[in-house]
Amino acid sequence: MAGDRFATAVALRADLDAGRVSSLTLVEAALARAEAAAGLGAFVHLQPERAHADAIESDQRRARGDLRSPLDGIPVAIKDLMVQLGEPCTCASRILEGFVAPYQGTAAAKLREAGAVIVGRTNMDEFAMGSSNEHSIYGVARNPWDPARTPGGSSGGSAAAVAAGIVPIAFGSDTGGSIRQPASHCGVVGMKPSYGRVSRYGLVAFASSLDQIGPFARTASDCALALAAIAGHDAADSTSLPEAVPDYAAALNGDVSGLVIGLPREYFAEGADPAVVECVREAVAELERAGAKTREVSLPHTSYAIATYYLIATAEASSNLARYDGVRFGRRAQARTLGEMYRRTRSEGFGAEVKRRILLGTYVLSAGYYDAYYRKAMQVRTLLRRDFEEAFRGCDLIATPTAPEVAFRIGEKTADPLKMYLSDIYTVSANLAGIPGLSLPCGFVNGLPVGLQLLGRALDEATLLRVADAYQRRTSWHEQHPTPSWERPT
Amino acid sequence: MSARLQPHANYEVVIGLEVHVHLRTDSKLFSPAPVRYGDPPNHDTHPIDLGMPGVLPVLNRRVVELGVRAALATHCKVHPQSIFARKNYFYPDLPKGYQISQYEDPLATGGWLEIDVAGYDAPVRVGLTRIHIEEDAGKSIHDTAIAGEAGSHVDLNRAGVPLLEIVSEPDLRSPEEAAAYLRKLRELLRWADVSDADMEKGQFRCDANLSLRRHGATELGTRTELKNLNSFRFVEEALYAEIARQAELLDGGGRVVQATMHYEPARRTTRVMRLKENADDYRYFPDPDLLPLRIADADIEAVRRALPELPDDRRARFESEYALSEYDARLLTESRALADFYEAAATESSAPKVVANWMLRDVLAQLKERECEIDATQLTPIALAKLIALVENGRVTAASARPLVAALIEHGGDPEALVRERGLEAVSDTGMLESAADEAIAAHPDIAAQIRGGDPKGLNFLMGQVMKRTQGKANPKAVREILARKLEA
Amino acid sequence: MSYVATMARINPAEVERIADLARLELAPDEVERMTAELEAILGYVAALEQLDTTGVEPTLFARLVATPMRDDVAAPPLDPEAAVANAPERSGSAFVVPKVLEEDES
Repeated sequence: MAGDRFATAVALRADLDAGRVSSLTLVEAALARAEAAAGLGAFVHLQPERAHADAIESDQRRARGDLRSPLDGIPVAIKDLMVQLGEPCTCASRILEGFVAPYQGTAAAKLREAGAVIVGRTNMDEFAMGSSNEHSIYGVARNPWDPARTPGGSSGGSAAAVAAGIVPIAFGSDTGGSIRQPASHCGVVGMKPSYGRVSRYGLVAFASSLDQIGPFARTASDCALALAAIAGHDAADSTSLPEAVPDYAAALNGDVSGLVIGLPREYFAEGADPAVVECVREAVAELERAGAKTREVSLPHTSYAIATYYLIATAEASSNLARYDGVRFGRRAQARTLGEMYRRTRSEGFGAEVKRRILLGTYVLSAGYYDAYYRKAMQVRTLLRRDFEEAFRGCDLIATPTAPEVAFRIGEKTADPLKMYLSDIYTVSANLAGIPGLSLPCGFVNGLPVGLQLLGRALDEATLLRVADAYQRRTSWHEQHPTPSWERPT
Repeated sequence: MSARLQPHANYEVVIGLEVHVHLRTDSKLFSPAPVRYGDPPNHDTHPIDLGMPGVLPVLNRRVVELGVRAALATHCKVHPQSIFARKNYFYPDLPKGYQISQYEDPLATGGWLEIDVAGYDAPVRVGLTRIHIEEDAGKSIHDTAIAGEAGSHVDLNRAGVPLLEIVSEPDLRSPEEAAAYLRKLRELLRWADVSDADMEKGQFRCDANLSLRRHGATELGTRTELKNLNSFRFVEEALYAEIARQAELLDGGGRVVQATMHYEPARRTTRVMRLKENADDYRYFPDPDLLPLRIADADIEAVRRALPELPDDRRARFESEYALSEYDARLLTESRALADFYEAAATESSAPKVVANWMLRDVLAQLKERECEIDATQLTPIALAKLIALVENGRVTAASARPLVAALIEHGGDPEALVRERGLEAVSDTGMLESAADEAIAAHPDIAAQIRGGDPKGLNFLMGQVMKRTQGKANPKAVREILARKLEA
Repeated sequence: MSYVATMARINPAEVERIADLARLELAPDEVERMTAELEAILGYVAALEQLDTTGVEPTLFARLVATPMRDDVAAPPLDPEAAVANAPERSGSAFVVPKVLEEDES
């Protein structure tokens, strides 16, 4: 085995450079850990052949002194909705059973260009719809800190894979908190970049105007490397931002002095677990001790964010998921007529949560309701966007809890969809406003990790990474790891 | 203006047309797949056209240029911002389960074009409601000979091909006007290089909305929609069939129900394809994968500058520059190819008006007979101009020259050589003409006497007699001189 | 966050109509459950009604710049074999679907 399972990508790179380990060894170890962790349900598909070949190529590049990036040879995992040429992509849905992608997604292409080795695909809520990773045809993913609890969702598998030390870096997608919330619950760093910073070409769409791919890592510095690998303009995505990508790693100077951190009063009002809020306040205090300033700010439309989010996200989803019809790919139900084929394929292929959201979205867009719901939501979205613009006039970044509570138990919220939706309360606004958000571990409540969320101005990922890194230089929460109790004895 | 056609004694017919036209591009609207016709199923697709999970659209710039061009050619206002919206419905040849189209904010609105209808003294102006950009769907093949009994085949080669939808106001009052509108629109789109508009390839497709109302009524009647009228002949036939159906309903005290109709050419009847009672709920919303389409004034002006001279402008110029009548100018501008041909021949010639006469009298008749376009023949403008020059110079008579037009259209060649080969050179041999004239005078002494008596009316008749005696090869000018001399009062 | 109770906004017939639009088939008990759940969610989102948005421009797009355009250059198409490789049913390079029957045309 290759040393410390919790070694960071930065540390592994040093090992690789020093010849202490090969990429092939790292990749084999990651694959072995993934297999041993089957009970965690973090992965839905491993790709050993491709990973081995990629690792060998990386080792050859290293031998030639021809490295592609700091991630060259590092094993990574991707969420099962990121398209990779020639590999399955099911979005944890029955309806995409057997689908093998005939084209390369941009994020996968960029990871290959960076030399990173994709070892497998991670579990998720079906079509990224969920906050607990309980809505997956592959079964639940479990929280490495307590396997009776969810890792959060929808990118639960990616968060769990990183928290469990299977891979140092994984990628997920965040539509309303699907990276930040599981990062919080699993005690890792997770970042949703600004809308348009990472290409969505090859990201299976949930809600097109909100979706972003982003990284999970155990440290802010690994997160910076991972983001750098996938960020940048892509002509294949009309919503991609043309602005140049800054050197994120270079921004990590440990200095936060003079930065003004806004504390939105609406996010610290009632609703959150006081113990969680306490951890977050203490983290902010630590940043103050490091030289940052704080001030209260207001995001007055916060209480409308969840409603706005669910109207927009489900409307877009109802249309985005119309292509799953059993005609060109995926699973088709037995049927005698065309109408029957559509209804049965979609009814058997989609899980309950997906159907619920398709129904809601269809309703919201349907004749007579469009103005009352969809158009209204789009107007409130404007107000939410303005809230942040206003707030950022008085601060450089905003700090909040990532989630109102620590990881909940599997099954605890499945009976009440609305209750589940409310667990995204602190995260959805960033998606609606298109701004970057990052969650990093800032303590524990009852042995379960708590996340601090940092929100920044559009395209200011560097500041969030810098602050997160500065915090990690002064604290050791990120160095605490779960005991691999999930591993099967071999 | 003379009265417009009234196809029905009791009812006024109200027709509006929706035309879908493929744009002349190399690649599709939102994907780089090639636009080709006649390939085997699914040979011209990109994952974007197949609606694969995770794909995204990127707009083809050429489509916007051609759309603006079409809008300017039809006097529409191009909007500085238009928005792509998703039209959601399920069908196997619609891969994404939605069509990317434009809905509330189309590319252009509020234009018009003028149509010429046989028997009308003046053109009719037809309003254009809007022009928008959208993607075509694929094709479902239900033909059991191909797809078998149990299933249908789906071919997505056409999926994503760029379309303009051009919607007219309900300004048309007869099937004839509808057909004239379609001809004019198609010619205009071809003229402006927007589309090849080949109906057989499905590049120019028409749906019609038709309703009847009592003459003099101001409220519109309930309309039906006729789908996919894919030839000019069908358009008129189908509209007449639907007029008859609706009139019969109304005459019998019944009412027209809103429906989508299908025309059955074999039985010359229309049949209800689908009732519209449950209005389609397409759940349009702005496509979040695309951003607003913005077109700068400067870009619109650049397209305007690059626009070829359009038929109406060209007609006006032909009238003033070549002294043509409005009627002649209109005929010569029916297609860009014809107008270009005429202008090239007129420029070669010293007598543009004469060239026009030849075009209208001889060339168009030949084209009509052959059912072909001018640019599909062997005739060149230079050859026509040369032929006319030979006539004008008296080298060949008009009567001898006329049959040569057919030969030049068929085989091309040099008119002068052709005249020589066929021995058609005009007879200016005075001795021969003198004797032919004497013969003609001798044969018709009464007419000769009339002329001598100061009434020249019979001169042309005698000329014709001389021409006849020389197999039409006599130089008319010479003949006229000889006759005049011989019949001096 | 306040939970605004409002009148029922959706009934089983409406859920069935929406399901039909979305090509979903719901068993009777599913219709009942979905109606209740959607009613709760719609009741919650009704909070937006309290907010006066008169004159507020809707954020129709995540970014307010012009959509980019690409040049009209055709690329080689997808290999037809790859195009239909995932098809549940195919015939040569065509996708095959069950026949449209009259009953489907709603």
